[in-house]
Amino acid sequence: MELHDLWFVLIAFLWTGYFFLEGFDFGIGVLSGTLARDRAERRVLINTIGPVWDGNEVWLVTAAGATFAAFPEWYATLFSGFYLPLLAILCCLIVRGVAFEYRAKRPGERWQRTWEHAIVWCSGLLAALWGLVFATMVRGVPLDADAEVTGGPLDLLHPYALLGAAFTFVLFTFHGAVFAALKTTGDIRVRARRAAAWLGAATAVLAAAFLAWTQASSGDGWSLGASAVAAAGLLAALAATARGREGWAFACSGIAIAAIVAALFLALFPNVMPSTLNEAWHLTAEDAAATPYTLRIMTWAAAFATPMVIAYQAWTYWVFRKRIGTQHIA
Amino acid sequence: MDLALADETLARWQFGITTVYHFLFVPLTISLAALTAGLQTAWVRTGKEKYLRATKFWGKLFLINIAMGVVTGLLQEFQFGMNWSEYSRFVGDVFGAPLALEALLAFFFESTFIGLWIFGWDKLPPKIHLATIWMVSLGTVLSAYFILAANSWMQHPVGYRINEESGRAELTDIVAVLTQNTAVAQFAHTMTAAFLVGGAFMAGIAAYHLMRGRHVAVMRTSLRVGLVTMVIAGALTAFTGDRLGKIMYDQQPMKMASAEALWDTEGPAPFSLFAVGDVENGHNEVAIEIPGLLSFLAHDNFSEEVPGINDLQEQLEETYGPGDYRPNIPLAYWSFRWMIGFGMASTALGAAGLWLTRRRLWLSERLRTSEDEPPRLALTRDRTLSPALGGWYWRLMLLTMLFPLIANAWGWIFTETGRQPWVVYGVLPTASAVSPGVSQGEVLTSLVIYTVLYAVLAIVEVRLVVRYAKAGPPELTEADLNPPTRIGGGRAGETAADRDDRPMAFSY
Repeated sequence: MELHDLWFVLIAFLWTGYFFLEGFDFGIGVLSGTLARDRAERRVLINTIGPVWDGNEVWLVTAAGATFAAFPEWYATLFSGFYLPLLAILCCLIVRGVAFEYRAKRPGERWQRTWEHAIVWCSGLLAALWGLVFATMVRGVPLDADAEVTGGPLDLLHPYALLGAAFTFVLFTFHGAVFAALKTTGDIRVRARRAAAWLGAATAVLAAAFLAWTQASSGDGWSLGASAVAAAGLLAALAATARGREGWAFACSGIAIAAIVAALFLALFPNVMPSTLNEAWHLTAEDAAATPYTLRIMTWAAAFATPMVIAYQAWTYWVFRKRIGTQHIA
Repeated sequence: MDLALADETLARWQFGITTVYHFLFVPLTISLAALTAGLQTAWVRTGKEKYLRATKFWGKLFLINIAMGVVTGLLQEFQFGMNWSEYSRFVGDVFGAPLALEALLAFFFESTFIGLWIFGWDKLPPKIHLATIWMVSLGTVLSAYFILAANSWMQHPVGYRINEESGRAELTDIVAVLTQNTAVAQFAHTMTAAFLVGGAFMAGIAAYHLMRGRHVAVMRTSLRVGLVTMVIAGALTAFTGDRLGKIMYDQQPMKMASAEALWDTEGPAPFSLFAVGDVENGHNEVAIEIPGLLSFLAHDNFSEEVPGINDLQEQLEETYGPGDYRPNIPLAYWSFRWMIGFGMASTALGAAGLWLTRRRLWLSERLRTSEDEPPRLALTRDRTLSPALGGWYWRLMLLTMLFPLIANAWGWIFTETGRQPWVVYGVLPTASAVSPGVSQGEVLTSLVIYTVLYAVLAIVEVRLVVRYAKAGPPELTEADLNPPTRIGGGRAGETAADRDDRPMAFSY
């Protein structure tokens, strides 16, 4: 395998890590507005991701940084091309991060409600916007010969992109509900389980539509395989939810997310940014890649750091593995 | 298009505003992480409650601050690609590597272990819990190193070649990029300046409480730690600044000539104390100077020639073709002065405080105070400062909290704007670095949104810091004094049922 192919896989892996981990952060954020009945329950939900959300978010920063290092052209084209959605994403990330940290810093009702609303809205928007960006990237953008995105922001509002946004919103909310059922105890756990069943059914319908469309417009044999795994994962997650096997349900929804990200990247490959204007102007992984020297250094760094990161993040999850209920909130 | 609204101008303002804002939180985060870790170490080693209370107090302020540092830093990771896509294409092969290394090796560390530290008070045994804050501290320092190496490459590109075919910079030597003298000097200068910020922050808030005679035991310790940090960091900042200055004279003479408003090459060259210049015609109208000092700052002797702006301009035109190679000279001149002035003023106030609040040595028996009384401010061995003057010292100390922050901001404004018109010195002009595909409206929109959002968050953040700083250190709870002995939260002689229903020590 060529180094730039390896790095395509590694970038896909970083995004998979991001969506697997932040997926349930977004879901918990959305659900804290609907699933929780009172302030204590909202706090229970927020605290299920309390110690880990920051580390989860770094997967995004690393994915961006690694893209800059390994595929500078991709980084430049993607980020300048998706200017307005990224502006919205960044604002949501900023407000949500501050909301987590500042919500409990003052006792006032208004203060806390404001930050709680911020968590709900920013999480929901983020869940949907990432779907919009990724669907558009896979479908292709009006890329000119210099790998610059032309056209206005309205090009983003293609039905496929909107379907992608709806799909990731429901998918991440489902993932969050499964996570909530796994991490809480008492009433809220029962409600989370029930919500997971509904959301799972909705996810399955949207997944069928979105993955079929992806397959039809830009898929190949590999992406078909990944889509099949995703479908199987979702169905297994639904079945496990129905039986009350929360650990299994979470593992399966995780597998489904990984397979969906894989399907998207496989549909994209060997391009990183397809052009809707002219096939000759597609930006491919090979064209966008950094030099072999840089890729080699990055490979060594990733080989050293990634297992370590996974190990200490896993340890963090293990330290905070206990279920949380309203009795734990002082 | 009118230059005032050129894409480049808007993108520069945006980068300037967001970066200066980010760097208000960065130095405080770097230094408070280490200082909090130090205080917690003192608690774990001695078991004295005042150290635990100090750890909790400064740790809380640290967390309020790091939250803003994280979210404002997030934006920077994307801004290169969004507003400066031509720059990103041109330098990505070189510049991307330190950025990716920073995320992989430092950001994961910081963010994961800060979660363990915040939520781990009742889940981890004291020594492991202590290790987590040291990990956070290590992460902050590492990330500073990588990002400063990346910035130093823009100031003084090394370890690369230009690929004629693709027209891009390509990395040839990562070790050169990570260890060049600019990177090392920038890192040393930035680190010491960061600790000056943290030291002054601690000393200022401690002074606020000591002036009112509250929380004395904790605040005496904090004042001492703060003042010592200020003086050591201040002295090292001056030293590293001098070294960095010499490197700059070597690598970017135009920046340093602008910093001194030195129009014509002179040897020996004077250090300017105050100048009013005529930028158009390239000379000073008013100049108060110390003869020979600039030669020393540049070359370690008092007579060597230092090149001036007008001569450098000619020289650069010969090398790079026609154009204006001068940065904004009044900005460079004054930012350099504000940086040194505020930085050294805070160091001097720290040194004065260290002398005024000294304890056993050089202080007569009757003036010594116990741990539970505020220290007496003593000028000589037997004489205290009058209450009025003493009150003024405490107030001045409180004000001094802001000085190093101002100095840090001006220092960065100087180093970044002094490099104009280059984004990569001598290689890539700023004007060719902006995103061609991003419209002026988009940049203007994001500029307005970020500025407003940051302004609102700044007000929220400052009010929270003031609130918590005024409240003082918390009383210790039963749980604080009875830390867990096992990972996961168990204490000696406790059943699983007791453990499982105990409220969390910290929850959002």
